[in-house]
Amino acid sequence: MKALRNFLDKQKPHFEKGGKFEKLNSMFDSVETLMYVPDTVTKKGAHIRDAIDMKRTMIVVFIALLPALFFGMWNIGYQHFLSIGESPDFWTMFFYGFLKMLPIIIISYGVGLGIEILFAQIRNHEVAEGFFVTGLLIPMIVPPETPLWQVALAVAFAVIFGKEVFGGSGMNILNPALLARAFLFFAYPSDISGDKVWIADKADAFSGATPMGDALVGNFDNLPSVFDMFMGFIPGSNGETSTLMILIGAIILLATGIGNWRVMLTVFAGGYVMGLLFNLWGLNEYMDLPAHYHLVMGGFAFGAVFMATDPVTAAQTKKGMYIYGFLIGMIAVLIRVFNPAYPEGVMLAILLMNVFAPLIDHYVIEANIKRRLKRLKAVTS
Amino acid sequence: MSTEKKEREPLFSAKNLRLIKEPLGANNPITVQVLGICSALAVTAKLKPAIVMSISVIVVLAVSNVIISLLRNGLPPRIRIIVQLVVIATMVILVDQVLKAFVYDVSKQLSVFVGLIITNCIIMGRLEAFAMGNKPWPAFLDGIGNALGYGIILVIVAFFRELLGSGTVFGLQIVPEGFYDFGYQNNGLMILPPMALITVGVIIWVQRYRNRELIEEN
Repeated sequence: MKALRNFLDKQKPHFEKGGKFEKLNSMFDSVETLMYVPDTVTKKGAHIRDAIDMKRTMIVVFIALLPALFFGMWNIGYQHFLSIGESPDFWTMFFYGFLKMLPIIIISYGVGLGIEILFAQIRNHEVAEGFFVTGLLIPMIVPPETPLWQVALAVAFAVIFGKEVFGGSGMNILNPALLARAFLFFAYPSDISGDKVWIADKADAFSGATPMGDALVGNFDNLPSVFDMFMGFIPGSNGETSTLMILIGAIILLATGIGNWRVMLTVFAGGYVMGLLFNLWGLNEYMDLPAHYHLVMGGFAFGAVFMATDPVTAAQTKKGMYIYGFLIGMIAVLIRVFNPAYPEGVMLAILLMNVFAPLIDHYVIEANIKRRLKRLKAVTS
Repeated sequence: MSTEKKEREPLFSAKNLRLIKEPLGANNPITVQVLGICSALAVTAKLKPAIVMSISVIVVLAVSNVIISLLRNGLPPRIRIIVQLVVIATMVILVDQVLKAFVYDVSKQLSVFVGLIITNCIIMGRLEAFAMGNKPWPAFLDGIGNALGYGIILVIVAFFRELLGSGTVFGLQIVPEGFYDFGYQNNGLMILPPMALITVGVIIWVQRYRNRELIEEN
């Protein structure tokens, strides 16, 4: 470890003002602060005192994503070999999925960080930490067969129009990872629509529809068991199938205090309540689907744990978080059941509520001000 | 006023030329004044309707500007808005009829948006802000300039949307067939209105990057 510190210290003068690589300062800075916690302290203005900085926070989220990521890799292989009727050992399946996902991850980080560094250079600020997690989230929420150029385009779109035009990480109103998926979803619907996209290569005999796709066309007998969906032995986007692995990630996030339990809990609650409401109505088969199915199907859990809780785009007030999360859950299920064009509603629900989060916060704060004014009046009069 | 009357101003004096040039760049109705956005989103999925729409707006704005400018001294201020609306509506109906007669298919595509030229803020804005206080000739130039500024943005947006969204320009295929064989696909999002907004945003971005004076302070 000492050697690394020495090496960085030795290189530092080259990147400072007047050095050889002065222009690449932001890049050096990002590497240095990634390896070592910087010793700078905020000097003025209101700020939150916390022992860890953004980069350390992001690394914890990264670790929380790993169980779902590794399971996703294995699942890609599992689904593939299932479709061609073979059952090789664990590592063969894992390795197959690993090779499928690796290019997507490389493209996602390459394009995203490239653009981030470019903007950091032009605007003369440090490379922000935000993309560290976003770059891994994007490969996890696209189907494994997504063409790489589409991934690159979606990442570029999300980083430039989702983040940089608003002023970079922390200023974005929409979750960049979800924006990338929304871009793919609307721009190239045939590659991501939720049926037959999946293990399509040489899988003639096997119907590769995801549970979401099946439910959409009313093919309810085809749905896997709740246990399978909970464990994640189902076709779906790369990293979102296993509710169990996502919950492990959620526990890591909650135990370290980085994820927000209010949002997670209320998203699940909202989805469940909406499912129950539909059960009461029960006009068609989809509405009769048991409420807990909704929580393990599709990207619901992934969205609830990793997407809705994004601290930048979520509501900031405590009361606001309850409202925000609950509405995400409700709208996600609502879109699933009622809109035949969109098999999966979680993405759209979260993006919609991202837009509304500042409004919710505004009214929560206004209500608080009003309440306290009233109290003040009661005391003084 | 008296000095102006004595020496007749040349038709294309520097001042008059500025009336045409400014709306094309530094005072563009769409990218700087942010007017007329709605129709810019609606009719720019293809290049042809965008061009027809631009021409319609040029005609409507130029002629209404001249008419209002001619009427301006006899116009009671209280009813001026109504009179302006009547003039615009008349022009819009005329243009609509001409389109229906000669380019029926495009007229079909534009559907209500020709009729909605009447609500285009640029037109009312120019009548109020310019034609009410200027002579017919400058008013005419001002109308042409502003409508051209509007049209240029429409055409740029439509060009990119059609090229990336449908792979065509003016309905002719531009993206070679070989690209599709390699797995290239048309971007379905470009056809949808949000992308028109983002394209306009990019134009604004590029324009302000080149002309720093346009950047607002905040």
